[in-house]
Amino acid sequence: MFIEIEIRFQLGYNFVCFQDKEFSSNKVQTLKNLPVGVRAKVVAVHGNSAITKRLMEMGVVPGVELRVVKSAPFGDPLEIRVRGYHLAMRRNEADAIEVSDEQ
Amino acid sequence: MKDKQKIQTVAAAAERLKRNDPKNSVLTIALAGNPNAGKTTLFNALTGMRQKVANYSGVTVERKEGVWNLGESVARLIDLPGLYSLDATSLDEQIARDVLTGKIANLPKPDVIVAVVDATSLERNLYLVTQLIEYRIPVVIALTMVDSAEKQSLEIDVEKLSKLLQIPVVSVRAGQKIGIEELAEKVLETAKNQTIIKPKWVLSGDFESEKNDDDIHLSLSDNPAHNKQIFARYTYISEVYQEAVKPVDTLERGVSEKIDGILTHKFFGLIILVGILLLIFQTIFSWASLPMDLLDAGFGSLAEFAKANLPEGILADLIADGIIAGVGGVLIFLPQILLLFLFISILEDTGYMARAAFLLDRLMRGVGLHGKAFLPLLSSFACAIPGIMAARTIENPKDRLATIMIAPFMSCSARLPVYVLMIGAFFSGQYVFGFLSVGAVLILLMYALGIITAIVVAFILKRTILKSPPPPFVMELPPYRLPNVKTVLINMFSRAWLFVKRAGTVILAISIILWALAYFPRSAEEVSIADSQTATQTENQAETETQTAESEQLKNSYAGRLGQLIEPVIEPLGFDWKTGVALIASFAAREVLVSTLSIIYNTEKDANEESPSLINAVRDAKKDDGTPAWTPLTALTLMVFFVLAMQCMSTVAIVRRETNSWSWTLFMVGYMTALAYFVSFLTYQIGKFLGF
Repeated sequence: MFIEIEIRFQLGYNFVCFQDKEFSSNKVQTLKNLPVGVRAKVVAVHGNSAITKRLMEMGVVPGVELRVVKSAPFGDPLEIRVRGYHLAMRRNEADAIEVSDEQ
Repeated sequence: MKDKQKIQTVAAAAERLKRNDPKNSVLTIALAGNPNAGKTTLFNALTGMRQKVANYSGVTVERKEGVWNLGESVARLIDLPGLYSLDATSLDEQIARDVLTGKIANLPKPDVIVAVVDATSLERNLYLVTQLIEYRIPVVIALTMVDSAEKQSLEIDVEKLSKLLQIPVVSVRAGQKIGIEELAEKVLETAKNQTIIKPKWVLSGDFESEKNDDDIHLSLSDNPAHNKQIFARYTYISEVYQEAVKPVDTLERGVSEKIDGILTHKFFGLIILVGILLLIFQTIFSWASLPMDLLDAGFGSLAEFAKANLPEGILADLIADGIIAGVGGVLIFLPQILLLFLFISILEDTGYMARAAFLLDRLMRGVGLHGKAFLPLLSSFACAIPGIMAARTIENPKDRLATIMIAPFMSCSARLPVYVLMIGAFFSGQYVFGFLSVGAVLILLMYALGIITAIVVAFILKRTILKSPPPPFVMELPPYRLPNVKTVLINMFSRAWLFVKRAGTVILAISIILWALAYFPRSAEEVSIADSQTATQTENQAETETQTAESEQLKNSYAGRLGQLIEPVIEPLGFDWKTGVALIASFAAREVLVSTLSIIYNTEKDANEESPSLINAVRDAKKDDGTPAWTPLTALTLMVFFVLAMQCMSTVAIVRRETNSWSWTLFMVGYMTALAYFVSFLTYQIGKFLGF
């Protein structure tokens, strides 16, 4: 049963990546398509919206390290760990956060 | 007005405390902090029971104020809403800014701000502190959750932190009352010295003017320069953090994440969520039934007592049948509401509520709502009133409004007596496929009809008048914590009290009006007939006579006349004027239908939805032209009407209070009732066409 669930999740995840083809061709790595468990450093927080501002106020500013914890049952929202706490956000919001892999 | 009075009582209490010792002065102190930082626990520890909850005028942001005895002087302690920032993107933040700048009427600008800072996420909590400092009000930090931080091997050098920030930092454990005295000392000291720190992280030279002019500051919210300021504050915080805290990997898996391994698991998380909800509802229905029965019996005997001991006449009738019966009819739901609030408070205090929103956000977004809308809607299955009040947790006003607008479609417990009566009269003992009882299927269908209508209406509202960009879902998942008993109980009782007061006043008024409509005009002869016959006839017959007189009275009353007046309107739904009277009465509260029908059909007074006499009376009832008043089809039509119509004065009152708008309230009553009429019309006419 575990394997089945895992596969379903992978499919969901790939689907999201597929949707984002245009963006990823720009070779910009965003939080949206960062795999679960990977640590990364925030390079920039794009956009000018209230969401961008809120993300920054919550401590997601350039230079900070974060880790993707998981995604919710239907593939969205995402959960990350940053500055010692857990933050949930939707994938399209995570797309504003440009990251670089640590490793 | 009432809120104002309340706050004045707090101020007066502070004054009284002051008068006992003329050397005392009254300080104004604001308590600010991130949500889940332990602010409420600290507030309760500082003020004890000397606190008042009200609303800021015109908005639904809770205004909590208490008296804090500092020893040397006393303080009005204002508990600001939980905040991550002060930049006025949400209503809570706006109110907090107004408090800090002294813009709230009857509330002086605070002398000191006590910033509650959670040691386990120090950096994010210090962000708010940097903003508080910018407001040029002296700040004292109350550092909470130090023990949890130590468990994560986070070692914070409190002295160094204080020195770096140039702010007194006191480590407190509010639950155990540790550090409270030291906090009081530092607050007094700071209030005397009025030490204001110059922010060290200011980027641009024009910062001064920005802070002095609110409009400029607000418009900066969408300016990249503003994002630079956020960055500057965090850069400063990182420097302080690196010096005051022993380096440790803060991205490691903690206890909460391990618990979430199960509780927000893609598969088990959902199962557990459903399980928790089932448990809550099962408990609400089973545990609440005993106190509800007791309350019901209590109000019944209170009414009898009033009738027996008051001089017979209009006053006794008004008190017994109008006031006691009407208010009792609402207070009967108090046990359910208390239990529901108890569970909501526990779920909030443990940190599970945020997880439920996280799990369900994707589903709710399909309808156009926020993940947080889930709980208000779910609560509405018990009663729409706590559900609509629970919608306060939704920050976006349009999302909140959409949630409130659809909450009453969830089949609440007051609809059940109506379903049960109709099914008992016309569908009992029938089965589909030989084993499924028609009654169970029908009840399920009624719940489904409500849910589907809610989804459709939300979908339409969110694409038309309540159109707004998809609400942001940037939400902290707070660490799991054991609930604090005191916090949970205070939370539960203060919310329940709000319900009693708000619903109570409106229901009282409506009960009196309804009673008067059914009572006036009096036909003089019925009393004398009943009286003269009592002497000669047996008691049973006398009772029957009284009941006949009562139903005759009802027919001639304004309510009866109203029923006859609306008969042409409800005729296409298959209802006669008697049903019309019951329908009109049920607009006060749905379950009133049952008691009104029992009066109309001369059954014994204490008839309930399961009593055979009422069921038989409904079955045998004839219209004025002699045809049966009820058929299975009209019963079904009535049930459909009850699913969709806005028949609850308490809900109307709460919606008015929570939306602060009569137009939205009237819109809701209007569209729900129109929809109910339309769908019932279709049900009856199609049913008739098909030959039922």
